[in-house]
Amino acid sequence: MNRQMKSILFYTLVVVVVIFSVFPFYYAIVTSFRSGQELFNPSVFPTSFTTGNYFSIFKEQPFGLNILNSVIVATSVVILSLIIAVTASYALARIHFRGRGLLLMTILSVSMFPQVAILSGMYELIRSMGLYNSLPGLIIPNTVLTLPFTVWVLTTFMKELPKELEEAAVVDGASPLTIVRRIFLPLMWPAMVTTGLLAFIGAWNEFLFALTFTLSNEVRTVPVAIALMSGATEYELPWGNIMAASVLVTVPIVVLVLVFQRKIVAGLTAGAVKG
Amino acid sequence: MADVTLKGIVKDFGSTRIIHGVDLQIKDRELIVFVGPSGCGKSTLLRLIAGLEDITDGDMFIDGDLVNQRSPKERKIAMVFQSYALYPHMNVYENMAFGLELSKHSKEDIKDKVMEAARILELTPLLERKPKQLSGGQRQRVAIGRAIVRNPKVFLFDEPLSNLDAALRVQMRIEIAKLHQDMDATMVYVTHDQVEAMTLADRIVVLNAGRIEQVGSPLELYHRPRNKFVAGFIGSPKMNFIEAQVTGVAEDGVELSVIGSDPVKVAVDPTGLAVGDKVEFGIRPEHMGSGTEGELSGKVEVIEELGESHFLHVRLTDGSLITVQGRGDATAKAGESCKVKLDCSHAHVFGGDGFAFSKLGTLGQHEKTATLEGA
Repeated sequence: MNRQMKSILFYTLVVVVVIFSVFPFYYAIVTSFRSGQELFNPSVFPTSFTTGNYFSIFKEQPFGLNILNSVIVATSVVILSLIIAVTASYALARIHFRGRGLLLMTILSVSMFPQVAILSGMYELIRSMGLYNSLPGLIIPNTVLTLPFTVWVLTTFMKELPKELEEAAVVDGASPLTIVRRIFLPLMWPAMVTTGLLAFIGAWNEFLFALTFTLSNEVRTVPVAIALMSGATEYELPWGNIMAASVLVTVPIVVLVLVFQRKIVAGLTAGAVKG
Repeated sequence: MADVTLKGIVKDFGSTRIIHGVDLQIKDRELIVFVGPSGCGKSTLLRLIAGLEDITDGDMFIDGDLVNQRSPKERKIAMVFQSYALYPHMNVYENMAFGLELSKHSKEDIKDKVMEAARILELTPLLERKPKQLSGGQRQRVAIGRAIVRNPKVFLFDEPLSNLDAALRVQMRIEIAKLHQDMDATMVYVTHDQVEAMTLADRIVVLNAGRIEQVGSPLELYHRPRNKFVAGFIGSPKMNFIEAQVTGVAEDGVELSVIGSDPVKVAVDPTGLAVGDKVEFGIRPEHMGSGTEGELSGKVEVIEELGESHFLHVRLTDGSLITVQGRGDATAKAGESCKVKLDCSHAHVFGGDGFAFSKLGTLGQHEKTATLEGA
């Protein structure tokens, strides 16, 4: 096979991959700018342009409030899970105690349970704590959901940090908390940003808990709000609104990823190459 | 500054005993070097002194105080690690200031101390740099600086030069020796490099499998090794050991036949030896010569030229391989037969248990001042 053939095949493959991964988003954006009868036009190219959907989602329901709820839930989940995970990973990575390996494996296997399996149990817990239909009632389950992953990643990262660094700090007279705060945290920023961002995305997009543990539209997060959008009549599916809302809530995530992109790459490879 | 006393120090990791009851007295302002093969427990012993490992049994005193239960900070020690262990996110100044900051020194006080240490170690132009912008030698100096600013009772060095290249190692070795003179500090230095041990130490502690083999001044260990292990460990290339038989015993020494040679006389205390006993004859490469005359005969197998000297690896008639050092260029050729001449005034005799028979005769100046201590 000559070079030309090879490069033709290569770029064909690239185009196919790009189309498959980007098309759904592209189609959502195109649809979000259509309205009325145009919505049922199967053309893949933009045929009309109206921004009405982007305004109507805020008029017909408390979508701004939904976004605010999502921001509050996702941010709290990130902060809470990072605080717990950093302290937990210090213990799991640095302190020898009986059952450490077992505990780590348990944490990992807990994260493999499908969400549905713990749904009813979690529901009872939330009810008994009186958190049903409230934001804390979403923050706690989401934190629980994201913690195994966060703890696991940070523990792996913390294990990679040289032991001498900690010992040098001990000789300098640092307490465990000082070591975590002054020595480990600054070195773990890339890993924290990576896991924090993934936790944020997870909480932002989480649907099942948000659907089950809320009742009224005022405490719903974005994914549920979008799914439960209804049209003017029960026979109408407001595709234009749904697509506009979806595009709108994806933007912050994309911006976040772009801002922290370099940190993420550094975080993902940090275990491989020690600086 | 302070003395350090170890009394019956034992360390177990799980069910494995790493340190087997070590007794050692480190004097005030002494530079003592722990040396031994890898896995001999020298680093563990240092970490026990530092307080980074818990003592399983025995007592440790620093400056007269029992420190078994004390943290490294309370022991007032400072440690320099093999991997430098600089805080990567802090610059040179912050690295050195960190310990002082934690012990709540005033800003001016910290600044004075760091600047003073930076001046001594010629780090002043580098204070703003991060560790990754420094060369290996500069990083090691920062690590030493971090130790100096805390004005510790005891400095501990854990193989501080083994990450440096050969030229830099020699330079840093001299700097550490100079530092020791200037600071008048008690220092404990761990290395596997016997050249570092010989050049730096006031006294060397030779460790093997968690036990002290011998403690003494460098030259004492060189001239009067207590046993075969020390004899083989100190000196490079290592001492040759050859089978020999006692052919005569007198008050001023023993006569040996080294693999069938004419009897040679070695001035050691012959107590416990009788004619016919099998012993081991130990002699260093630099105390032998090759040529047309000599007590032993063999065949040159390999020649190593170093310029100022050369090593001949000679296969003796009994099949053992010995190393002979000569000055200048080698005149022999590989494959030739040769004779090996022995300078028996520097020879040693080891019994079946590996212990040396103590040497007779006048002591050298260095040996006189040294004191025999140890396990």
